[in-house]
Amino acid sequence: MNLILALIRRDLSLSVRQGGGVGTALGFFLTVVVLLPIGIGPDQALLARIAPGALWISLLLSVLLSADRIFQQDYEDGSLDLMTMGPVPFEMVALAKAIAHWLSTSLPLAIAAPLLGFLVNLEPGAIWPLALAMGIGSIALSLLASIGAAVTVGLRRGGLLVSVLVLPLYVPVLIFGLSASDPAAAPGLTLASLLILGAIALVSLVVSPLASAAALRSYLK
Amino acid sequence: MELTARDITCERGGRIVFRDVGFTLRQGQLMQLTGPNGSGKSSLLRLIAGLNEAQAGTLSLSGGAGELAIGQQAHYIAHQEAVKTALTVEENLAFWRDFLGGGDVADALEAFALTRLATYPAGLLSAGQKRRLALARLVLVPRALWLLDEPTVGLDTASLARLVDVMSAQLDRGGMIIAATHVPLGREPDCRLELGRAA
Repeated sequence: MNLILALIRRDLSLSVRQGGGVGTALGFFLTVVVLLPIGIGPDQALLARIAPGALWISLLLSVLLSADRIFQQDYEDGSLDLMTMGPVPFEMVALAKAIAHWLSTSLPLAIAAPLLGFLVNLEPGAIWPLALAMGIGSIALSLLASIGAAVTVGLRRGGLLVSVLVLPLYVPVLIFGLSASDPAAAPGLTLASLLILGAIALVSLVVSPLASAAALRSYLK
Repeated sequence: MELTARDITCERGGRIVFRDVGFTLRQGQLMQLTGPNGSGKSSLLRLIAGLNEAQAGTLSLSGGAGELAIGQQAHYIAHQEAVKTALTVEENLAFWRDFLGGGDVADALEAFALTRLATYPAGLLSAGQKRRLALARLVLVPRALWLLDEPTVGLDTASLARLVDVMSAQLDRGGMIIAATHVPLGREPDCRLELGRAA
């Protein structure tokens, strides 16, 4: 367990020091959200209606922006080789790196989203449901992104390919995330959507380390 | 403790790199691996480390911790240094100490004369210094088997002497070393394995 924490800690301090991770993602998120009203026009009622969907889609894209780097550097400098030789199963390494990505990128984005909601006239009542849904959904986003990152780790310019591979996997998160963020929905429906969102996160928690580790192993060979 | 390889055949990308390679390495022995470029020295080391799969043959380590894979009881020093340029020298080693378990960072730094550079970002190190940082992992975490792939590349004379010292200490402790190199290692290897001869 200490060793997993050590790995998460290292990845977090790397992402802070190297820059370009969460800063770029936040900047991208902000830019997309700012462009939206410009593209759609100043119809406030329309903006308020599409605000949650717009924020969710921007979140998915921003998370993917940094996803290809989850394993890339460790693959290139040989660290991944050594991590297969550590005392824990390689799946735990993959999980730790996905969690580090969540803490360093997805979670800050999810926290920033309700604030950016003011730019697209998000209803005040939707702020808390949206924050909660994104907090839970972002776990699944990072875990699923790590699968895409592992599958493309040995490819040059794998970033776009990660998006193409992972975006379809994001559809359930988007559907239930949106329905959990809707303040007008019946409370029972919101809760049910949140629970399903939680279930998706838990399934990802199991599947993602297995899939990522298998993909990485086949590259190391 | 004994590492035994029997009739190992290695294939990379559809080409047989070597076939029917076998050896036995006992406690406290140094094996020197030689052969022309592309003869499969690195492939053999990766295979022992568990990073590649053999096409055929068996590889076993007797007398070690039974439940661990060979790779988990081995150090692998490759061409890639696995050094994080954004972390300091000390932080690099501290991570591997936590990840691989145990060891004293100060001793490891001392062994390769890196103490003075401890607080430097590893990105500022020269190629030889990076290599020393990679080699310091050997001292940091005690492991029975060392797999060294061209360990001397980029080292100056003083560092080479330090490497020889560290290797002698490992052998005296009863450890085993397989080194793929054509450079004299300061002591006569207990056995040699030459790859790439027409079989």
